[in-house]
Amino acid sequence: MSLSEVFIILAKAVILMLSVSLVVLVLTYAERKALARIQQRMGPTRVGFKGILQPVADSLKLITKEDILPTWADRGVYWLAPIAVFVPAFLMWVTIPVTRQIVVENLDLGLFYITAVSVLSVLGLLMAGWGSASKWAVMGGLRAAGQLISYEIPFIMAILGVAMLAQSLDLTEIVAQQHSVSFALVQPLGLFIFLTSALAELGRTPFDIHHAESEVIGGPFVEYSGAHWSIFFLAEYMNTFTIAVLTVLLFLGGWSWPTMPFEGFLHATLSLIWLLIKTSAVLWLIFWIRGTYPRLRIDQLMAFGWKLLVPLSFLNIVITAIVLFYGLPLWVLTCLSGILLVGAVCIIRLNSSSSMERDTVRLVSAKDVRSKAKFSPLETSGGAE
Amino acid sequence: MPGSLILFYVAAAFVLSGGIGVVVSKNIVYCAFSLLVSMIGIAGVFLLAFAEFLALVQILIYGGAVVIVILFALMLTRIEDFRDISDNRNRPLALVISLGLLAMLIASLVRTPTPQGDQSAVSMVELGESLFTDWAIPFEVASLVLLVALVGAIVIVRRDAGDEEQGDPS
Repeated sequence: MSLSEVFIILAKAVILMLSVSLVVLVLTYAERKALARIQQRMGPTRVGFKGILQPVADSLKLITKEDILPTWADRGVYWLAPIAVFVPAFLMWVTIPVTRQIVVENLDLGLFYITAVSVLSVLGLLMAGWGSASKWAVMGGLRAAGQLISYEIPFIMAILGVAMLAQSLDLTEIVAQQHSVSFALVQPLGLFIFLTSALAELGRTPFDIHHAESEVIGGPFVEYSGAHWSIFFLAEYMNTFTIAVLTVLLFLGGWSWPTMPFEGFLHATLSLIWLLIKTSAVLWLIFWIRGTYPRLRIDQLMAFGWKLLVPLSFLNIVITAIVLFYGLPLWVLTCLSGILLVGAVCIIRLNSSSSMERDTVRLVSAKDVRSKAKFSPLETSGGAE
Repeated sequence: MPGSLILFYVAAAFVLSGGIGVVVSKNIVYCAFSLLVSMIGIAGVFLLAFAEFLALVQILIYGGAVVIVILFALMLTRIEDFRDISDNRNRPLALVISLGLLAMLIASLVRTPTPQGDQSAVSMVELGESLFTDWAIPFEVASLVLLVALVGAIVIVRRDAGDEEQGDPS
């Protein structure tokens, strides 16, 4: 390997780093605006036009904040943990293509490489939890490990289903296979399993028990502040973006579906834009889910993972294998997959509508309250004031 | 010195320093982290031997799953519990076994002929085909062993409803 090759690799890494950081800045702004819209608020409006410079102000604030090291913390492990979370998140981008031409290094085993590297980030969370030497942090770290190991299985199995359909682990090849029909139409069940377990892998809201503020007050990150905390934050948003791009590449046809008639530079630019539009749609879905669903309890989370997603992911593999082995047409797989998906949704709905169901908010007119003042719930519950 | 040799020394340094860390460190959580360093070094050695698939499996299974499960168990313990772990009566036995293992490894290393000529990676397709045709039975036996271990683990930790008075087994 000559010096110029090393230089090219370094340059690619720097460009990748810069573009991913830019994406993270945009994502924080987009998420705050999206959540604000869901909750009927304005979101950030003060810094720059419509608050567009808010992420820059936030990052400056984080960098200039004091970095606190708890007295009891294990110094080495504590400082290494953010890096151990960030490096796998960054390394995944080595093989993710954004168009047919733009990729750092296209690997034949790309998909397998991504799953292998993504597992390593759990380790950083465990290190952060243990290194902080705080009860909440350790509990958060343990929760993270338990959750991520459980959801790793359906995540990998859903990816395996796609690999079976495409007969390849090369991401560029998988996208090229979808030029006529995207895998989301062939394997709706696979898409459901992938997206759900990916949300759990990310630790985003319905599944964010490892840094649940109301339970473990921030989990592994509770003792961190300033620049080191911001590295965790950066890694989390990078992972969110990675998952959105992977969903587009694996299930939504990437840049090649529907096919565009252009050639050369125009084609490359349009593919990139097309990919980004699809990715934004997936990201919006992720933010939407965060704004809509409450957090699962830890036992519900484990039950959902092991009793529903793991068996479904194995069924997904089995039906894909049967259809491919007997050479049946792909619409058979679509039907089977769709039936299983509907079944899964039914099971979730049946389990969630328990006898505890009742109104959380009820409109009561002021006249009623005044006339029944003695029995009003306002009086009995708010008596302490 | 060719680039691959330098990379080999880097990987070997990872393996050795990790291995020494596992044995020497007093803190058992550090031992687990050293094990991870060692495993990643081994993945690097596999990569240099053109075994990309094996390298990734090494990271996925050992670096990810095994070390995480070890850490998961260790974090529920206190360091004080393991203070005297290195003064064990079984030390002579351990010495004999590890020397025997070393002798076996050296013997197999010496007897194996060094491959000559250009080496290149085996493609994933070939690997999969040979695994599921020529080596199907060993593959299935390995998975059966895993299943037996899994069932065994459940049987060991399971307690029947009436067993609760028996107390802590530790």
